[in-house]
Amino acid sequence: MSVLLGEISDKAMRMGVPLNVHLDITYRCNERCVHCYLDHDDHGEMTTSEIKKLLKEMAEAGVFILTLSGGEIMMRKDFFEILEYAREMTFVVKLKTNAILIRDREADRIRELGAESIQISIYSHRPEVHDAITKVPGSLKRSLNAIRFLKSKGLHVIIANVLMKGCAQDYTGVRALAAELGVETTLDPMITPMMDGSRSTLALNVDRGMLKQIFADPIFAPDVAAMCATPDPEDDSLMGSVPCSAGHSACYVSPYGDVYPCVQFPFPSGNVRRQRFIDIWNHSEQLNEVRSIRIRDLPNCSACGNVSSCTRCPGLAYMEGNMRGPSTQDCERSFMLTGIESVNLQNKRAGATAGLVQIRGLGGNSTLVNIQAGAAMAEGTSA
Amino acid sequence: MSGEIYLARSKSIAARMLGDEMMVMSSRDSTLFSLNPVASIIWNAADGLTSLNEIVTTRICPAFDVEVNDALRDAETFARELAEHGILLLSEAPIERSGHSPQERK
Repeated sequence: MSVLLGEISDKAMRMGVPLNVHLDITYRCNERCVHCYLDHDDHGEMTTSEIKKLLKEMAEAGVFILTLSGGEIMMRKDFFEILEYAREMTFVVKLKTNAILIRDREADRIRELGAESIQISIYSHRPEVHDAITKVPGSLKRSLNAIRFLKSKGLHVIIANVLMKGCAQDYTGVRALAAELGVETTLDPMITPMMDGSRSTLALNVDRGMLKQIFADPIFAPDVAAMCATPDPEDDSLMGSVPCSAGHSACYVSPYGDVYPCVQFPFPSGNVRRQRFIDIWNHSEQLNEVRSIRIRDLPNCSACGNVSSCTRCPGLAYMEGNMRGPSTQDCERSFMLTGIESVNLQNKRAGATAGLVQIRGLGGNSTLVNIQAGAAMAEGTSA
Repeated sequence: MSGEIYLARSKSIAARMLGDEMMVMSSRDSTLFSLNPVASIIWNAADGLTSLNEIVTTRICPAFDVEVNDALRDAETFARELAEHGILLLSEAPIERSGHSPQERK
């Protein structure tokens, strides 16, 4: 983030302006990625006119940076009409797409309309690996062709390299491919639960060994020493700070008009079909609850040795059961970076041990044995 | 200044007011600008039809304690700088344009 954008973001936080909105215009998709957190059926997407009305309301509310995503954005026949209107409303428009429907003509149109960037998911430089994740044969080739079309128009293209079991080891190959194509890459080693609360996708998260290797790689952590340094002792300003921008200067809107603090924070906070965007932003009880939380209010995390450096996601914590609780995935990530086991991980380890003792003590009670075995397996999975 | 200058906002930009400052991003190179209150007044008045001289004399000088010549010199420097980044269009004649941004309609 540039210094100026950082200053603007800070100002928006102080003023309570929704500077960033992530809008999914559809959950429909032409790929079936194994790690995807969405239900791809259409349960009543907003119409073109509903989306235009929303965009106008968001512009009036001060939204500046608009991310259009999905699902696959090109699955909507009115995608270019939406993009054109968004640009007429003078948003900075960022697109997230798999790009397999983008060819020369579409790239031209995106250029004409002035999208700021196009982020495209690439999981591996090897077709057999990428296509196995998307479940669409030929998808890597089509996505790469789209990148070439977009680059040829001078557009800002970013490869999003999501790392998971089966493809994580290819991240250096993806980076080499990106360099060859002349585009940026981002690495994301975090697979999130599904929006419906199912945690089945979490089994795809890379294991601790791989995570440690990735975080030690200078291309991911340019200043390894700084990132892995023991955190500073907590201080008053840290304890009084907010966990992240979700609900403070950013929010998410689903294709059905539901407003959440963030795309990873499915805490229903209103619906733009029933209320104006600005009224939800200003008056939603749920958003106000999220805004009220300070680091000192987090019972586990405020006492954790990783508190000053942890990237704890309140949305992941919410999906784990408590928006004020820890996010185990971030605990794992912090542990890999600092070597300090979080309070949460310590508690889980202690709990798992107690569970095993209890199983032995209860002997023949098969129901309890199953419950405890499940807990132990979950612990093993997150590790 | 040699003659009248007319200003129009490029359509290839993103822009939004944040408090009393205008944020402007060029879609050509993603350069981000934050315009102070005076520059924001010029930006908002850049409709292609109002000359820079008129903007300064009718909107800047009455609102800020500044000499007309000083204000005009600073305003022209500002306009030319933004024009170099492609986010303002400058012309010696009024600029007729089709299509308007939300700010232009207000």
